Amino acid sequence: MRELEVRDLGRMDYGAAWAYQKDLSERRKRGEIRDQILFVEHPHVLTLGRNGRLENLLATREHLSERGIDLVEIDRGGDITYHGPGQLVGYPIIDLREWKKDVVAYVRGLEEVVIRTLRSFGIESGRDPSATGVWVEGAKICAIGVHISRWVTTHGFALNWKTDLNYFNYIVPCGLTRPVTSMWKLGANVERPAVLNVLLDAFAEVFDYKTARLTAPAGKLAG
Amino acid sequence: MADVVMPQMGESITEGTLTKWLKRAGDHVERDEPLFEISTDKVDSEIPSPAAGVLSEILVQEGQVVAVNTVVARIGEAGAAPAEAPKAEPAPAPAPEPAPAAAVIVEAAPAPAPAAVVEAELGPVSPLVRRMARENDVDLSLVPGTGPGGRITKADMEAYIASKSAPAVPPALPPASAPAASAAPVARVEPIRTRVEPMSIMRAKIAEHMTMSKRTSAHVTTVHRVDMSKIARLRSKVKDDFQQRYGFPLTFLPFITRAAVEAIRQFPIFNSSVEGTNILYHNDVNIGIAVALDNGLIVPVIRGADEKNIVGLQRSIVDLAARARSKQLRPDDVQGGTFSITNFGSFGSLFATPVINQPQVAILGVGAVEKAPVIIDDAIAIRHMAYLALTFDHRLIDGATADQFCLKVKAVLENWSDQIL
Repeated sequence: MRELEVRDLGRMDYGAAWAYQKDLSERRKRGEIRDQILFVEHPHVLTLGRNGRLENLLATREHLSERGIDLVEIDRGGDITYHGPGQLVGYPIIDLREWKKDVVAYVRGLEEVVIRTLRSFGIESGRDPSATGVWVEGAKICAIGVHISRWVTTHGFALNWKTDLNYFNYIVPCGLTRPVTSMWKLGANVERPAVLNVLLDAFAEVFDYKTARLTAPAGKLAG
Repeated sequence: MADVVMPQMGESITEGTLTKWLKRAGDHVERDEPLFEISTDKVDSEIPSPAAGVLSEILVQEGQVVAVNTVVARIGEAGAAPAEAPKAEPAPAPAPEPAPAAAVIVEAAPAPAPAAVVEAELGPVSPLVRRMARENDVDLSLVPGTGPGGRITKADMEAYIASKSAPAVPPALPPASAPAASAAPVARVEPIRTRVEPMSIMRAKIAEHMTMSKRTSAHVTTVHRVDMSKIARLRSKVKDDFQQRYGFPLTFLPFITRAAVEAIRQFPIFNSSVEGTNILYHNDVNIGIAVALDNGLIVPVIRGADEKNIVGLQRSIVDLAARARSKQLRPDDVQGGTFSITNFGSFGSLFATPVINQPQVAILGVGAVEKAPVIIDDAIAIRHMAYLALTFDHRLIDGATADQFCLKVKAVLENWSDQIL
């Protein structure tokens, strides 16, 4: 069974976390480190993917910066996405050749991890064949966006556990005019460590890891 | 020639969108270098080149959806003629055909031998130069190359073609009597022996950051001479005790950091950034300390430097430098700096003109502290002197303010109380 190193980076801004991901992904490609998953909570930020359309942004840049919301243009597909406090963001950096060389299976796997996690907190969720992510009664609870280079993954998923959903009003999430929801809104008033631990178990199950526990201190490999 | 095909990214995947070409036609690519990006179901994948050579043909444009195994491009051998110049092709270019499902990459027959031979003599020749040579009937081995590694550039070709066709200049033949050795006018320039090595990620980042900074800020450097004798005396007095008590040595750097913090308190503009036409004054004073690494440098940050005494600053400097060198820095350690200090004096430099660490607006460079003769009250004295070089962003800060800042730093250092550590 493969092993997974888990790092909880806590609160970290989007740019720093992305730089960290890139660094780890290069090391993973060179075989210097084993598979990783990073957990992070970003300060308020709107990320604009390469096919992002600014018309999906419903506020001016000035308005956003007054409210302390960053707008970051990023080098991945997808449209506009919100990240912020109360969201459990996971960035797996794993070599898919050691699991399945199948990017769709990978995305379905991430969805499965979140569906199983939500189920243990009493929330029934599911997929939507027309849109990646995890949904509860038509509302999006988890966004997924993945980048792959030489079968090594970056980016990942963002699960709303306690997110202030008002911030989504600034955007049309991922270009879809559909509502968003969170675990707290659905009555599962749990704290982050509980969600993280359950999600880790589900991740290990779905992606065939020996138990994955927070082992490495955050940032041990940075620099 | 190698065909580049849309790869199979998973069992159920039959097609994908080619979202971005990372190379242009005519570019040289290395094997495994990222060549294009595709998107399938919210997943972006970067696809590496199957072979080294020149990207001779792009068959699928950005935004097109194509089936798996469709040929999206062709890679020719380095220096081979681009496919759109059919003259060079022994046979018409084959029409794009679906590759066998099992093979991702189809290697075609190698390019004709002559091209390879020329290659060996001349080093890589760009398709453009090769086409110019063909169209003008030029023997490439006679053209002196001035490009990197003695490569023949477009300009070299133009110069050579012009010299050949200018009727007034006789073909440069040596006079019959001249000794052959001294006479060859179109001297065959020996290619400069060059080794190509891709930049490390850190090198590439430093390169990008430095040129970005030079483009962004209006760099000006002002240099002040500071008498460090008091600090030197204090330091030599407590040095051994300090080392014993705290387990690390006491250097000049924490004193200079402290002095810079004092100057920042008086002139907060040095602890700011520019955003559009706004000035952002930072409440936190986070001082970046440049640390030289074997193959680069990094600027970890002392957070809340204004809240630390000399011992605390020295501890932070030692800790950050050690972790920088052992690659143990956390991402947090290199973020959020508001002012930087670089200590090139430790390598013997007297003074330098450092580059601002964006988005900061100033950086203080510390030269070597050395004994020097100075005039004090019309007498010659020997003092510990150092040059402090402040590079500031002239968009925001004018010379007078910068010099006031330096005078404050100087005053703090020259009037240091023996009691304060």
